[in-house]
Amino acid sequence: MEFPQIDYVAILPEIIICGLALLIMLFAAFLPRDRRWITGHIAWFGIIVASFAVWMNWGTDTRTFAGMYSIDLFSSVLKLIFLLGSLLVVFMSENYIRLHKLEAGEYYALIIFSLFGMMMMASAADLVVFFVGLEIMSVALYVLAGFRRSDPKSNESSLKYFLLGAFATGFIVLGIAFVFGAVGTTSIAQMFDPQQYTLANSFFYLMVGGGLLLIGLAFKLASFPFHMWVPDVYEGAPTAVTAFMSSGPKAAAIAVLARVFVVAFGQHITQLSPMFWSLSVLTMFTGNLIAISQTNIKRMLAYSSIAHAGYMLIAFATGTAEAVNSVVFYLLTYTVMNLGAFMVLLVVEGKEDGDNEITSFTGLGRRHPFLGAAMTLFLISLAGIPPTAGFAGKFFLFKAAVAKGQIPLVVIAVINSLISVYYYLRVVVVMFMIDTQTEFRPVSYPAFLYVALVVAVLGTIVLGVFPTSFFPFDIPLLASGR
Amino acid sequence: MDIPLLSLMIFTPLAGMVFLMFLKQEQVKIIRYSSAAFSFIPLVLSFLMLGEYDWTTSQLQFVEKAIWIPSLSVNYSLGADGLSVPMLFLTALLSFISIVASFGISHRVKEYFAFFLLLEVGMMGVFAALDFFLFYVFWEVMLVPMYFLIGIWGGPRKIYAAIKFFLYTLFGSIFMLVGILLLYFNTEPHTLDIMELIKMGPAFGKDLQIMVWAFFFIAFAIKVPVFPFHTWLPDAHVEAPTAVSVILAGVLLKMGTYGILRISFPMLPFGTNYFSLLLAVLGVIGIIYGALVSMAQKDLKKLVAYSSVSHMGYCLLGMSVFFVGADGKAFITGLSGCVFQMFSHGLITGALFLLVGVLYDRAHTREIEAFGGLWTKIPVYGSLMTFFAMASLGLPGLSGFISEFLVFVGGFARYPVLTGIAVIGVVLTAGYMLRMVQKMFLGQFNVRWEGLTEINAREIFTIAPLAILTLAVGIYPKPLANLMAATLENIVTLVNR
Repeated sequence: MEFPQIDYVAILPEIIICGLALLIMLFAAFLPRDRRWITGHIAWFGIIVASFAVWMNWGTDTRTFAGMYSIDLFSSVLKLIFLLGSLLVVFMSENYIRLHKLEAGEYYALIIFSLFGMMMMASAADLVVFFVGLEIMSVALYVLAGFRRSDPKSNESSLKYFLLGAFATGFIVLGIAFVFGAVGTTSIAQMFDPQQYTLANSFFYLMVGGGLLLIGLAFKLASFPFHMWVPDVYEGAPTAVTAFMSSGPKAAAIAVLARVFVVAFGQHITQLSPMFWSLSVLTMFTGNLIAISQTNIKRMLAYSSIAHAGYMLIAFATGTAEAVNSVVFYLLTYTVMNLGAFMVLLVVEGKEDGDNEITSFTGLGRRHPFLGAAMTLFLISLAGIPPTAGFAGKFFLFKAAVAKGQIPLVVIAVINSLISVYYYLRVVVVMFMIDTQTEFRPVSYPAFLYVALVVAVLGTIVLGVFPTSFFPFDIPLLASGR
Repeated sequence: MDIPLLSLMIFTPLAGMVFLMFLKQEQVKIIRYSSAAFSFIPLVLSFLMLGEYDWTTSQLQFVEKAIWIPSLSVNYSLGADGLSVPMLFLTALLSFISIVASFGISHRVKEYFAFFLLLEVGMMGVFAALDFFLFYVFWEVMLVPMYFLIGIWGGPRKIYAAIKFFLYTLFGSIFMLVGILLLYFNTEPHTLDIMELIKMGPAFGKDLQIMVWAFFFIAFAIKVPVFPFHTWLPDAHVEAPTAVSVILAGVLLKMGTYGILRISFPMLPFGTNYFSLLLAVLGVIGIIYGALVSMAQKDLKKLVAYSSVSHMGYCLLGMSVFFVGADGKAFITGLSGCVFQMFSHGLITGALFLLVGVLYDRAHTREIEAFGGLWTKIPVYGSLMTFFAMASLGLPGLSGFISEFLVFVGGFARYPVLTGIAVIGVVLTAGYMLRMVQKMFLGQFNVRWEGLTEINAREIFTIAPLAILTLAVGIYPKPLANLMAATLENIVTLVNR
């Protein structure tokens, strides 16, 4: 048996990240308990090194591992988004781990493993590779969700996520099998190539396979009707992990959706469009309408993340390369603003096992103007009001949809963003407009968290005012080279 | 002109806001005076602009252009013509006056003035922007400070009013966003430049024009507010602090009519002609309905708020008449009436809200019935209030008369019956304004107000410029008419392409 040629330079970022996770595990095993915080510093340093490696490969356009692994601009951009998100999460976690006395080594190792899985998903040019990446990402997340072992809620969260996640995985495997049966290959590139694409009277099985894949991915994306797990899991998981879960896996799921449905099934996108259309509309309404009645801020952000999944699905109802580019930009903005909101939540939550009610933000704007202003900025951005990143993200997405004539969908989406303003502003009302007599919980000033917060604030503003300066809007969806 | 006048006018307040950030909450005096100074600079610049402006042409002046987002062909482009120059001046004037009138604010002073300056940035930007993307950004930027100003410093139902204001306006502007995108994709090459889009105006298909016009109209009508989109206005006005009400009535409402004239009219000529009757009808409904509701108000501020609904109705009626006469000359009487009304309503209603605030600060009530015979106690205040009540009801010699007269003359040329109905509005306005003056200032003096003090020098300082301008425009309207004539002729010509 002959082994395929492997381009080690092209997969350097993945090698670094995987090695980083193993290194952290080793350090955690040999460091004394009171020194394990060092692993956090190894983690962020390693992530920055890996980002440079991605940067080095910028413009590489190749497929390695016998064409199963695609290193191209699309995957590089997504990897940078994942790396940025993970970097911010590592910064956020430093203080959280100390306060809650969590096992630093395992924690960071799992975050990095999950990151490794996402990077694999972004580069997957074959359904099997995608599946392996998905599992690496998900298994690490199941453990992370239950990381506060003594907290029953965290355990519940982990178990729920694991059981439902495993169930969704089943759909994905079956879906891959059906697709293989219909097309005779699992390679996305081969399906994309009209010359190699043969569909021997099995269109039906292809659609069955596609539908099953979509179910599994919709679960990861938290799209209606596979969103039921989101609020409970988000609420129970450690807050820093919730932040990670709400950005990274979503982005990875979007990457695969783009590769599978827009690239591989590109010929059938017009038949698939109504399915995405209805998923998008239902997801937006579910997320936004239920978010209105939430009193717990983590649950509110959970429903808001469902709503945002709905906006993202617009790109697939549109199904053009332009729409996919916009949704990747949307992911970038969403990562920055959503993680920002979670950072403020982490500061407010502090040491206590806060109930995370919205009322715990009362008077924040008066006592800590910077935190209040930052939270307002993130919420306004999530609501999509200019000149913030959230507006730019929505603008490009809606623009791509209108270009394809999806006007009713865009109208529904803008009405939804209007609904969302209501619940986002409720937090602002509590922060600024209600005078409180009760003393606000003392806030500590963890340095790393504040660095991350400043990065998120700047990112939200800069991406809003100069969107095109930091993002290429003409990314091809798959490497053309062999 | 070498200096970027418009950019300076827009961004000086922003610099002021940044400056305020570095001050301590306790340095109340410095905060007040520096924000007044930072809003005075745009006022000075706006005088410069008035001096430099060449009114003989409809060409855009003080144009600035820089590339912003190349892939969308979005530019940072500003400019002013006979329509925006009066509005920019009004914005600069009312912002400065409102900031001086807010010196009495003692609660969270720094934030208040910071938000106020940010508000001015948004308003100036809307009136100067010539790029749709930029226009939309400024349009929305203004929402956030307004929301905070009502929500933090407002009256008892401030949170309800603030959210209602925010959601209503946003509801409109998201439709505008969809409209903008629709136009963008129907141009080749794609552009968001308002002037380019105006050139392409007649080339847009009829269905497209009707749809986009309706989308834009929702956004603008909510801002004006046109009946039946007006319900946010009384809530916002009553709960907002005095100076914010001044800005709301004086500037924000004009953005709606400005948007219709600047964007819908020249860009969508077919749509405008298609909907012109609707404009007139909604205008007349607004005039009569607003006046009738005003008559029923017991709260002085609510009365002024509903009178705005009525007065903005004149704008709509005025703008609904635009045609090119047989002699090839554009008929601009109605449109001039509209712009005159925008300007003079800004002055008059701004002053009325200031006066309501002056009284409320002292008496802590706005109940009209609670007062009586105040003239004997506070004659200066009484005369100012009466002066502006007269201006509001359209007394000849004051600016309100000019605009209403032009609107009626213009309106009669095309919609005699509707205009006839609208004239009833004048009678109704006289009815509630005179009733208000009579109940508050004449009759038996209510001894409860024995301790009421006269209006002070600072308050007179804020109201005097408005009074002078009201009188000046009323007696000698020619400069203002000249200022806008060429631009309005151009707009009428463009609509009738």
